[in-house]
Amino acid sequence: MGFLHEFLQQMVNGLSLGSIYALLALGYTMVYGIVKLINFAHGDILMLGAFGGFFVLAAYGVTPLTFVLALLVGMIVCAVVGIVIEKTCYKPLRNAPRINALITAIGVSIFIENGARVVKVIGPNPKEFPTFKTVNFPIGDVNISQIQIIVFVVSIALMFLLTYIVNHTKLGKAMRAVSFDRPAAYLMGINVDWIISFTFALGSALAAAAGILFASAYPQVEPYMGIIPGLKAFVAAVLGGIGSIPGAMLGGFIMGIAETLTKGFISSQLADAIAFGILILILVVKPSGILGKNVSEKV
Amino acid sequence: MLKVRGLNVYYGNIHALHDCSFEVNEGEIVTLIGANGAGKTTTMHSISGLIPIHSGEIEFLGQSLKGVPANKIVEMGLAQVPEGRRIFANLTVMENLEMGAYIRRDKQGIKQDYEMIFSKFPRLKERYRQVAGTLSGGEQQMLAMARTLMSRPRLMLLDEPSMGLAPLLVKEIFAIIQEINRTGTTILLVEQNANMALAIANRAYVLETGKIVLSGDAKELAASEAVRKAYLGG
Ligand SMILES: Nc1ncnc2c1ncn2[C@@H]1O[C@H](COP(=O)(O)OP(=O)(O)OP(=O)(O)O)[C@@H](O)[C@H]1O
Ligand SMILES: [Mg+2]
Repeated sequence: MGFLHEFLQQMVNGLSLGSIYALLALGYTMVYGIVKLINFAHGDILMLGAFGGFFVLAAYGVTPLTFVLALLVGMIVCAVVGIVIEKTCYKPLRNAPRINALITAIGVSIFIENGARVVKVIGPNPKEFPTFKTVNFPIGDVNISQIQIIVFVVSIALMFLLTYIVNHTKLGKAMRAVSFDRPAAYLMGINVDWIISFTFALGSALAAAAGILFASAYPQVEPYMGIIPGLKAFVAAVLGGIGSIPGAMLGGFIMGIAETLTKGFISSQLADAIAFGILILILVVKPSGILGKNVSEKV
Repeated sequence: MLKVRGLNVYYGNIHALHDCSFEVNEGEIVTLIGANGAGKTTTMHSISGLIPIHSGEIEFLGQSLKGVPANKIVEMGLAQVPEGRRIFANLTVMENLEMGAYIRRDKQGIKQDYEMIFSKFPRLKERYRQVAGTLSGGEQQMLAMARTLMSRPRLMLLDEPSMGLAPLLVKEIFAIIQEINRTGTTILLVEQNANMALAIANRAYVLETGKIVLSGDAKELAASEAVRKAYLGG
């Protein structure tokens, strides 16, 4: 029993954690796909989303209805924040060398984190995130908590929604067109600025959802909480193949499962080291990632 | 319909277009011919708003195109089939056509135009669910033209539609261009294949290292000594 039980338990934990990484990785991959920028501030959007949810849940208590409201508020606020960041910080640099935008993204990240520390309503100290009382559903020896189920179900639902938007709506098709060939998209009359804003809004909304789910599972919020999940989701996006939407989802689940299995079988301290070890390994073995296209990039 | 006056375009220090002036009248096929690097694509890109112009005036239907964003120019009725086709290889044939119709809201009219396109280009109909990147070169050129037609342009710019195609296909493409013109779309055609272009055009301009050096009736230019030496192989 011992090994199998532990394995199954960690798989359950990994699927739940991985679905959060997948949501977050989608934002990295979509933004990269459309403007070829690694948005290093993406993890901080997760933090802002978590605080958005925090205020709603702290004010109205935790019920299924307020939880949905928290998700909606967090996602809408972050979608707007994402658009504002893109318009003010990245758009002016669209024709500048790519490294400029990359450095700007790091600046935006530092600005948001430290801005959150000085803003009164957030502040530097960790706060407890109001969450559901844990209820466990034992299946055999494996425990599944209702929070894990919520995390998984909400994430999967959002991933389906995103996939539908990208593949079957006019805006989604335009997103793919712009990311494939921006000048050609202009020649079709596509409002490229609008499509880029829309992409940032989508990615940021998913990050907000990821933040609220993350804070529900690990009930603490503070200004730096987005850094580590952000980095891991970035690794997930690279692992799956940056620019690929299914790749980001797959990469997210792999990262989550790798992390929980490491915690269960090797050591908790090593979990992060292994996550970043994976990044180094992919960069050496298959830089384009699992589902990435094999194109050599001119930088 | 289109008036270009004293157009100058620079790439950094490179002066790519010198004081170019020409015009296209409603209903015409006008061709712009010239050797590699003459500035044909640069001209097309400046008209479509993809690159900024340094000085000069571009007027379409009496309105200045200066500072108008590229996507708005399409809404005004001026659309381009770019050099190298530039289809969205990651989208299906049908999705490419939908992108061509991006600016339109009239669902019914769009549907009719799909039918019209599929009767003009039966090969696209057979392949409408295929990913466009897997089409042959000729099919991609047809898709590029079909896609641009979906915006119902009044003036259509075509940049080297015959590039890389076998002679038989070139003929087909040129027949389609004439057909498009007959059904009411004005055409500005850029070509290196001067023979074919002059054969279907009403008027022509010859571009040499960024300057318009000759212009006139297409048939007369085709017969002129200078053009035959330089562009028609003797
Ligand atoms: N993005 C660019 N940056 C710098 N120079 C450019 C750029 N695009 C074009 N040029 C230069 O401008 C000149 C005109 O180029 P253009 O592409 O307009 O020629 P063309 O007539 O279309 O040629 P071809 O028949 O080969 O397509 C060339 O000398 C080219 O090197
Ligand atoms: Mg050219």
